[in-house]
Amino acid sequence: MAEFLLEIGTEEIPDWMIEPACEHLERNFLAALEQADLHAGVTCTTHATPRRLVLVAEGVKQRQVDKDEVLTGPPKNIAFDEKGNPTKAGLGFAKRTDVEISQIEVGQDSRLFVKKRVLGRPAGDILGEVIPDVIEKIHFPKTMYWTAKTGPRFIRPIRWLLALLDGKVVPFEIAGVAAAGLTQGHRRLGSANIAVGGWSDYQQQLSENYVLLSAQQRRERIEKLANQLVPSGLRVRKNDKLLKTLGYLTEYPTPILGGFETEFLKLPEEVLETVMQHHQRYFAIEDENGKLQPRFIAVANLDGDPDGEIQRGHERVLRARFNDARFFWDVDQKRLLADRVADLDGVVFHAELGTYREKSKRTAKIVHEIGSALSLDDSTRQYARRAAELAKCDLTTEMVGEFPELQGVVGGLYAAHQNEAQETADAVYDHYLPVGPDDAVPRGLAGQLVAIADKLDTLGGFFRADMMPSGSRDPFALRRAAYGIIRILIEGKLALSIDRLCEVSGAGDKSGDLREFFVDRLRYYLRDVRGYRYDEVNAVIKASSDVPLDVALRTEAISKVRPTPDFEPLAVSFKRIENILKQAGGVNKYAKQSVDPALLAAGAEADLHAAVESLREQVSSLKQADEFVAALTAIASLRPAVDKFFDDVLVMAKDATIKNNRLTFLAHVLTEFSTIADFAEIVSG
Amino acid sequence: MQTYQDIILKLKSFWAEQGAIIQEPLDIEVGAGTMCPETFLRVLGPKPYRTVYVQPSRRPADGRYGQNPNRLYKHMQLQVILKPSPNDIIEQYMRSLEAIGIDLRRHDFKLEEDNWEAPTLGAWGIGWQVMLDGLEISQFTYFQQCGGIDLEVVPVELTYGLERLTAFLQNVDSVFDIQWNETWTYRDVRFLDEQQYSVYNFEKADVEAVRNEFEIHEAESARLITEYSGLEDPKEQARFPLLPAYDQVLKCSHLFNTLDARGAISVAERAAMIQRVRKLAVAVAGAWMTQQEVVG
Repeated sequence: MAEFLLEIGTEEIPDWMIEPACEHLERNFLAALEQADLHAGVTCTTHATPRRLVLVAEGVKQRQVDKDEVLTGPPKNIAFDEKGNPTKAGLGFAKRTDVEISQIEVGQDSRLFVKKRVLGRPAGDILGEVIPDVIEKIHFPKTMYWTAKTGPRFIRPIRWLLALLDGKVVPFEIAGVAAAGLTQGHRRLGSANIAVGGWSDYQQQLSENYVLLSAQQRRERIEKLANQLVPSGLRVRKNDKLLKTLGYLTEYPTPILGGFETEFLKLPEEVLETVMQHHQRYFAIEDENGKLQPRFIAVANLDGDPDGEIQRGHERVLRARFNDARFFWDVDQKRLLADRVADLDGVVFHAELGTYREKSKRTAKIVHEIGSALSLDDSTRQYARRAAELAKCDLTTEMVGEFPELQGVVGGLYAAHQNEAQETADAVYDHYLPVGPDDAVPRGLAGQLVAIADKLDTLGGFFRADMMPSGSRDPFALRRAAYGIIRILIEGKLALSIDRLCEVSGAGDKSGDLREFFVDRLRYYLRDVRGYRYDEVNAVIKASSDVPLDVALRTEAISKVRPTPDFEPLAVSFKRIENILKQAGGVNKYAKQSVDPALLAAGAEADLHAAVESLREQVSSLKQADEFVAALTAIASLRPAVDKFFDDVLVMAKDATIKNNRLTFLAHVLTEFSTIADFAEIVSG
Repeated sequence: MQTYQDIILKLKSFWAEQGAIIQEPLDIEVGAGTMCPETFLRVLGPKPYRTVYVQPSRRPADGRYGQNPNRLYKHMQLQVILKPSPNDIIEQYMRSLEAIGIDLRRHDFKLEEDNWEAPTLGAWGIGWQVMLDGLEISQFTYFQQCGGIDLEVVPVELTYGLERLTAFLQNVDSVFDIQWNETWTYRDVRFLDEQQYSVYNFEKADVEAVRNEFEIHEAESARLITEYSGLEDPKEQARFPLLPAYDQVLKCSHLFNTLDARGAISVAERAAMIQRVRKLAVAVAGAWMTQQEVVG
């Protein structure tokens, strides 16, 4: 069993592409081994820094197992003529297989065949052939060529390749770079062209040359040293995303503490944080109460800053950035947000969907419609309306010009500063939410309203213009918009129907498509985010999908009642009822008729009827009160009576009238109790 | 202390030692060093080339009347083109920083993803912004396409923001406080330009006149391109004035920027004008490629 070590040495790979690249590398490698039948018993791990993707595999077979191979040739009557002499075809096969024609056997299917012993090849030879492809097939979101137009493509130029099988170089070449047994240390702290013997030597050499190969180790070093730097009573503001980024921007990270003038703390924390974390990739520092402090942690790709030069450099850059931000704030205050509404005439939302001025007007109108549909109080509706007018005005500010990621937030801050109502300011601030899966929905009702309306207008517009997402292409992030609306409706407990939303969306004759799009996002939310089982989601949506909040409550109820003993057996019986009715001409046919109680047989049938009648009122009022768990528990209590019915009663009675009445009765049971969920969709077991 | 001009001289001579031609700036207004024919046209085709030059780059909308410590209507870009890109280009670039006295053992040097794109030139490339102690000092780009043409040989473009770099090295907060030489500061030399061009671009430029000028240059470029495409005689093709046709494109680009800064262009018109300039740039690039084949 052999050890294989591969290091792809590149110029700096974008930090966010590194982990997916490692996954592809491992997958491609294992697939190639499997193809070559060398995969059994192999364990494989990957590591990476900005300059290297590394794979190490243990337990690689030294060579392939020898195999018997059967080569089939032409039929006997084609390989030989009538006189039994070999034809051209026969001789050809003999030549191809390198066996005398006289030695070739004929199989039971009357075709010629040759059995050959194929000797397994050494793993080193095979790896040398397949590794270039393993490397070149690593998927990156954007690739380049660097030797010539016809050359290989990769994320950044490949500058060295290390490939060792048990310490021996596996020869291959990519873009003029030949694999060898050399690695490179840290750009400034390590040596170049370091000879490597194998995996354990490699690790040793890297650590001596200031490369921490493990991303986890780099992150730990950042966290540990940063915590040591922070003065007592203060702490590093947690930011895992930034930590991950910095781990992949460095090979030997060293945190450096810096500070800035307290006067900048007068700027909004959102702006300070954005400058530090997004633009400069610094950690913010806070006190025990979470209050921002005039300090930061920068992370250098170096071993230290003995004379404080790096610290001073970062401080100067930050000061310039904060000065800019303060300048933007002051300039922006010279014109109120409210006075910028007309400027939105000059800001295009999308060539086919008009300007932001037009969008704002449509959004305000949708806010009004939804506000009425939800019968919200006047003041909330007014805050929301005002917020809808102002929401996009920050697009014309210097601050958003410089920090586009703060759109919405800046508008909210300015609105508050300019004495708009706090509810209005919050609604402007929050109206892009939720953006990411971890984002909260807007905190207030007015914000929720504006957030829904803004997204709904976007969806309606793009759907009407026939620019819906297809496959993985969703350039306008419409899935995110629809998903955001679903989340706000459910998490904000707004009982608004999808039909109503589509009606006011402006999607026009594409409303049907938009409706399906919403239901699809609703399914995604319930299944993939909330984790409900797919059949539960199907059952509930089949019963009705119109009000997402209601769908979510019903799904939750199903998942709670499902483990109780009566539930799944009852679902099985409902499925049976549905099948019987389908075969007899369809549920609807019978559901339209009424049951004649006089025709019901005494015993199981009459008992079930009585049970159903006594439950009907109860279930209906529980449903009215959104007491879905209680309603479902009540329905599940029908199980003994249903079981008894199927044990004792023959549905397809000989008497046509009785049979018809029975089917009608069953159709009523089914439809009556399938409005919370269509039990027939539940897959038991 | 190293003065502004020391830094320019040292960088030029560093790259001259790597075999680059020291070019002088193009005498037409451009928004970036990339637009100069020394880059835009030289990167096309298979012929190797190496050059270094300082290009005054004018971006009318970035003017701040000389009042902002970091923003300028006209900044100086040191532009290096190496075609094809050498394998050790990053090490060479790092040595160029050492050449101007930056000890990379004492400074934090990082390459952060930043892909460059210039829609008006039909050009883009893959690369990084170079960060020195958190300050962006250079753009580092492997060109992939120029004038809408996939490049046969990949050139690398290195641009140094000279004012920023000098402010960093001289430890001053405003570019206007940079020492140009021992006697004069950047403010002494350039403040009036910044002020007066800001006044012109934002307040005084005659929109009608600038617009007319744009159209005259556009028509002139288009006329030449059309005439060239009708030529069949290789001798005529070889001597045809495509370089002047490209000058006209650059003039259009600058005039467009002036109109934009003046607030004279509506949103819809803006996209259309960018498209008009791009069309000319792409046409010249295509014509240039065929001319190069004839010239041999």
